[in-house]
Amino acid sequence: MICVAGAVNLLVQSHPINSALSLIVVMASLAVEYLLLGAEFVAAVQVIVYAGAIMVLFVITIMLLNAGKEERSKGSRVAILLGVPGAAIGGVLVAWTLLHRANAETVAIGALPGDPKAIARLLFHDFLLPFEVTSVLILIAIMGAVVLASRPEAIARPHPSTPALEETRELVAPGKER
Amino acid sequence: MVPLSCYLMLSGILFVCGVLGFLIKRNIITIFMSIEVMLNGVNLSFVAFAAHWHSLSGQVFVFFVMVVAAAEAAVGLAIIIAVYRTRETLNVDQVNLLKL
Repeated sequence: MICVAGAVNLLVQSHPINSALSLIVVMASLAVEYLLLGAEFVAAVQVIVYAGAIMVLFVITIMLLNAGKEERSKGSRVAILLGVPGAAIGGVLVAWTLLHRANAETVAIGALPGDPKAIARLLFHDFLLPFEVTSVLILIAIMGAVVLASRPEAIARPHPSTPALEETRELVAPGKER
Repeated sequence: MVPLSCYLMLSGILFVCGVLGFLIKRNIITIFMSIEVMLNGVNLSFVAFAAHWHSLSGQVFVFFVMVVAAAEAAVGLAIIIAVYRTRETLNVDQVNLLKL
């Protein structure tokens, strides 16, 4: 499917912006999958949050840091000798289990009554406490992002006793004169 | 009617792609994108199981996973910007000291 192709392309591409574009393909095809499963609310949130917000954040960061091509590094021989057969064995085991156990368990297309009304009732009645906790979490994340991404001089308070911070005050001072 | 195992297979493939990218890639931004791919694979299995058991709780869980992913992306990209500002590189092989 398109989704797997996008995910594999993300691995193959060496330039980050190409990886980001293929990640958008993965997100969009997953949104289509959710629509097929009948989860319209999750599909809409997927498009808005992932393809809209998070990918814009990624692309802006790539452009801000003007990331170039990454250089490939050689893996160790032990990793290749042990890792490739191990991964193959694991994949075969998982595929065998899935194919063996999957007899008649099918999911009808559009099986779930995933309308936003029922989800909102569930979200604001049964899951009210987790919802509030996530709102606090995202508030903390916003503050953390602002603190981390701002320049160190902007955070450091000018203190008269330390000589290292004198430069900081001089840097801040022209802004104050205006 | 699509068998449930197809969705689970797709979700597993996505997760493995994320793990592979996390292990192979050397660019810190691409590593972050592979984490997002892993979270998406888990979300797909949540929605598939929710549709299978006719329960809406799985979709609410997907909502929470998305919130956590958004917070993680915001904080992580801020950390990436801070790392790039001090080290002038995005290669994780060269970021091997916590303090310069």
